Amino acid sequence: MSFFSKSPWILHYDASSCNGCDIEVLACLTPLYDVERFGVVNTGNPKHADILLITGSVNERNIDIIENLYRQMPDPKVVVAVGACACSGGIFARAYNIQGGIDKVLPVDVYVPGCAARPESIIDGVIKGIGALEMKRKKSA
Amino acid sequence: MNPIVYAVLFVLLAPVFGGLLAGIDRIASARMQSRVGPPLLQPFYDLGKLLQKDARQVNPLVEPLLLGHVGFMAATGAMLVGGVDLIFVAFVFALAALFLVLAAGTVNSPYSFTGAERELVVLLAAEPFFILMLAAICKVTDASSYQGVLSSAVMVAPKLPGVLLAFTFVATIKLRKSPFDISTSHHAHQELVSGLTSDMSGRLLAYVEMAHWYESAILASFVILFFNWSVPLGLLAFAVIYAAEVLVDNSTSRAKWQLVLRSTWAVTLLLAGGNVLALFLLK
Repeated sequence: MSFFSKSPWILHYDASSCNGCDIEVLACLTPLYDVERFGVVNTGNPKHADILLITGSVNERNIDIIENLYRQMPDPKVVVAVGACACSGGIFARAYNIQGGIDKVLPVDVYVPGCAARPESIIDGVIKGIGALEMKRKKSA
Repeated sequence: MNPIVYAVLFVLLAPVFGGLLAGIDRIASARMQSRVGPPLLQPFYDLGKLLQKDARQVNPLVEPLLLGHVGFMAATGAMLVGGVDLIFVAFVFALAALFLVLAAGTVNSPYSFTGAERELVVLLAAEPFFILMLAAICKVTDASSYQGVLSSAVMVAPKLPGVLLAFTFVATIKLRKSPFDISTSHHAHQELVSGLTSDMSGRLLAYVEMAHWYESAILASFVILFFNWSVPLGLLAFAVIYAAEVLVDNSTSRAKWQLVLRSTWAVTLLLAGGNVLALFLLK
């Protein structure tokens, strides 16, 4: 086990989420769930982040932003799609402006289902993401 | 013991001290927010990860400047405990801090640039005080080096209580506790908080972290100067001051740099300046 599994820094981006999943993501930081126990930091800066955590689906307007954020993150990095919309487009999948899930744009490593995704499953997803991060690091080393 | 031994020991042990302090700080902050908090060694895990991660250099100047930042921070501590003139140490300390501003300023991003500007403002608020503080300590003890002050017959703290209080105030800035819009501490903020480091990744960010650990150790050494008769008492005083800083950090989460600049000069001038003036007048 390397340091990556002990210090995953997260960048949270709200694509076109209804804010349901976002509230649950922020709930993970509260005393009840306290993800900082695992060394997780919610950075707000792509250049410091290891895990890109996206809620909501991809639309015409935010494709560039999502790609830009991903490009700015230094390797190794993983993408965690949180919630039904981020996984597949959810109930908005057929809307005129929606492209679909995050995997239309980025290579998604972990899918966290749910509408809204529960904090417990978001934490599980992040832990799975740490595993993927570890594998990517080994591959690049 | 030879002062050079102290200098080498400082360079080797200060990061361990600073890292552990950061770990205790994060746990204490978490407990104040009724959370469990990360493990004690979390800052070391973070540093290890940052060193393993890819570093994106926006400007090739950033890395040498940041190495200068860490290097001069370590040198400041080494010179301090190595017995170099205290006033000279104060200037090297300011130079070390300036390297970080330069590193952030070379990047073309507005976030980084604003961060650098704000750091400069805060430097302006804090650095004159350190020169005043060290000059006052030298004056009171009639010594000019760290060892000289420690072996002085005069205990500094009872003579300079105002300066010690002002130090506690300035340490808030230096320990990166407040203001929130400049500190590079680990908070769940989403605003322009760590503007200074916004374009530093991987090992570049690790250098900043390392330099901060050295800085904490230097501040602890400064507190020992006030309690020059007993080093354990000085360390205990530093622990009390640090606990106060954590409390301030958690209770004034919205202090901005404007307030800090104004209040720092007012407080340091009143407390430290008044203290030094009183010493001269009462003699």
